[in-house]
Amino acid sequence: MDESAPKPLLELRGLSMAFGGLTVIDDLDLVVNEHEIVSVIGPNGAGKTTLFNLITGLYRPEKGQILLGGESLVGLQPHTITNRGVARTFQTLRLFLNMSVIENVMASQYGKTKVDIVRSMLRTPGWRKEERQIRSRAEEKLSFFGQRLMGYRWSQPAYSLSYANRRRLEIARAMATEPRILLLDEPAAGMNPVETHEITELIAQLRDKGGYTILVIEHDMHVVEGISDRVVALDHGIKIAEGSFEHVATDPKVVEAYLGTKATVTK
Amino acid sequence: MSETPETPKKTPPAETPEPQTSRIGVDSWVAESEARRSRTPAAVLGRGLERTPDAVKLLAFVGLASSVPFWTNEGDLYIFGTLTLLYATLGLGLNVVVGLAGLLDLGYIASAGMGAYTYAELSSPRFGLHWPAEATIPIAMAVAALVGAFLGFASRRLLGDYYAIVTLFFAQAFLFFTNTTNPGNFTGGPNGLPQLDPITFFGYKLTSTKQIYYFLLIVMALLAVALYFANKSRTGRAWRAQREDPLAAEVMSIPVNRVKILAAVFGAAIAGLCGAILAAIEGAAVSSDYGVPFLIIIYAIVILGGFGSIAGVFVGATIINFTLQFLAPQNDHPEVKRWLFYGTIVLFVMAIKPVIRPAVVLAATVGFGFAVHAIVAATWGHAWTSGVPDSGGAWIARWAVIPRLDPVTGLGHGNFNNCVYIGLVVAIVATASLKGWWRVAALVPTLYLTVLAWENMLAQNGGITAYLLFGAMLIGLMAWRPQGLLGSARVEIV
Repeated sequence: MDESAPKPLLELRGLSMAFGGLTVIDDLDLVVNEHEIVSVIGPNGAGKTTLFNLITGLYRPEKGQILLGGESLVGLQPHTITNRGVARTFQTLRLFLNMSVIENVMASQYGKTKVDIVRSMLRTPGWRKEERQIRSRAEEKLSFFGQRLMGYRWSQPAYSLSYANRRRLEIARAMATEPRILLLDEPAAGMNPVETHEITELIAQLRDKGGYTILVIEHDMHVVEGISDRVVALDHGIKIAEGSFEHVATDPKVVEAYLGTKATVTK
Repeated sequence: MSETPETPKKTPPAETPEPQTSRIGVDSWVAESEARRSRTPAAVLGRGLERTPDAVKLLAFVGLASSVPFWTNEGDLYIFGTLTLLYATLGLGLNVVVGLAGLLDLGYIASAGMGAYTYAELSSPRFGLHWPAEATIPIAMAVAALVGAFLGFASRRLLGDYYAIVTLFFAQAFLFFTNTTNPGNFTGGPNGLPQLDPITFFGYKLTSTKQIYYFLLIVMALLAVALYFANKSRTGRAWRAQREDPLAAEVMSIPVNRVKILAAVFGAAIAGLCGAILAAIEGAAVSSDYGVPFLIIIYAIVILGGFGSIAGVFVGATIINFTLQFLAPQNDHPEVKRWLFYGTIVLFVMAIKPVIRPAVVLAATVGFGFAVHAIVAATWGHAWTSGVPDSGGAWIARWAVIPRLDPVTGLGHGNFNNCVYIGLVVAIVATASLKGWWRVAALVPTLYLTVLAWENMLAQNGGITAYLLFGAMLIGLMAWRPQGLLGSARVEIV
């Protein structure tokens, strides 16, 4: 990786979002550079998931700009944004439960493929070629997880997977949309310590081997410490700290956001 | 409590490489109960079906179906063959909309009606147009598809039940338009458009029942293959993905609205095709044919066969159409009606577990019947038990209480029938609210009352009975196999 000046991939400028009178994201600026892993932390209700929903187009911001590689994403349909190169996972797993594991990963390649339904019904050579590509790409993404999502599991329905494997499958499914930036919403939630350690290594590999830029929401501070190039702390939709993990973790505002106001109250 | 993975054995997984057997991830309890279940005849049959390649299944079905005209007469071929194929083809279309894309489209039948009327306008004396089928059928499909697109467009904003209501409204609006509005006698009003041309392809007329049957068989087989391929393609995966979770599908690069409209268009075009063919073989397009009863039949077919299953549609269409035809008033096999009815009841009872209970229930019902029969005969007199059942077979009157028809008026015992009917409803409610052996006990009089209701009134009214029977069939199916006969079990929340 070259050490020249970092190129910004995702830029948020003055982003604001309110539900009714409640401001969830308030004038937020954030830059994610290429090949960078940025973690977003903050207490519950800080606006982290809303931030993801804004970037992926599920919500429309009231003010501000979202730029991916210099192009605005505001007002685009979610599937168009995904085609531009943004993919995400969900905190509350949203797999296609009644489809097989490999079909989950094949389905998310819709935007990257072209063969229409008429050619599919006739099984033209073009369909055959593309279908092979879809399948091999799906297998490639699943093989990223080693033995976890291999072999006999491919044809099993997604609902038969364990919780941790579902999280892995969500990541594989997001990877199959061939994104430039991956948004991971609490990838380690509900995992045991061993699995948490694994996912930490995996996220680093996603960047190093997969070449993705990653924006991740995480509560587990070991994971955050292990993966982040940079950490951004949010509270009530406002960026309260940004920088290296050590810097953010010791920031008095962050401590206050997590643990409440100064000791004078509880003394 | 934290998340419990279903396999506690697997918790330290990073170091231990998983053993390479086929049973990984299945714990012993699940494995045992599966092994127990896998020995039942139904499971063995199911496995055999699963192992058969789909192409073989289709060939077997088409082979069997193409032999039918050789061993049936024209009349039977029409009502049991042609209609079954037509229902199956309609079911295939509905299966795309409801089964794959998950759109609860109750306006589906209006698309078939559109196809029928389009064919009728273009190939009848109404405007003096006698276009050949190679032109009219594609146009009928296109018109129906346009309607489908219009309805699909509504699905952009309307989800689930709301979509169902709007499409049902549309179906009613279609009926009203063709039946009552009828601008400039365009649709012929309640009489419809008669004297349609037979289907004519490039000068070749399909007039005999056999020709139409084979034509439909080819259409259906081609459609089944095409839809099977569509399901296993990118579009099919997109349909199923957005059915599972529209939001996740949208974020995973699937244009959900476009994909939904495509499904609606597809289903509607198939419905239009069937409508045109039905109009042509009936020789008329009559709006009342395309109402809610027909819609219920097609839904029953798809639900019975299992949503999303192509083979299920064939099975469902066969069962539903045969039931319908045997119960039809003009049917000349009245005894079949009875066997069908008792067969359904026995199947229903057999679904009770453990196995000892249905045996007890059936034996007790037989005994109960003789006892009641004897008591009624002894206390109220012979006239109450010496009636002749309408559907033939006097032997049943020795067991079931069938009052003689009034010698003066020639009518049945209205009061007796009403009492039986009310008693049956009460008995069903009581059975449903009891538990354990009490329920088994309550089932005995319920079954007997069902028999009385059937022998005294329902057997004469095939039209109503068919729908009651469908209802009972579907309720039984929901209890026994919620995914339908050949559908695959779906998990909503895990």
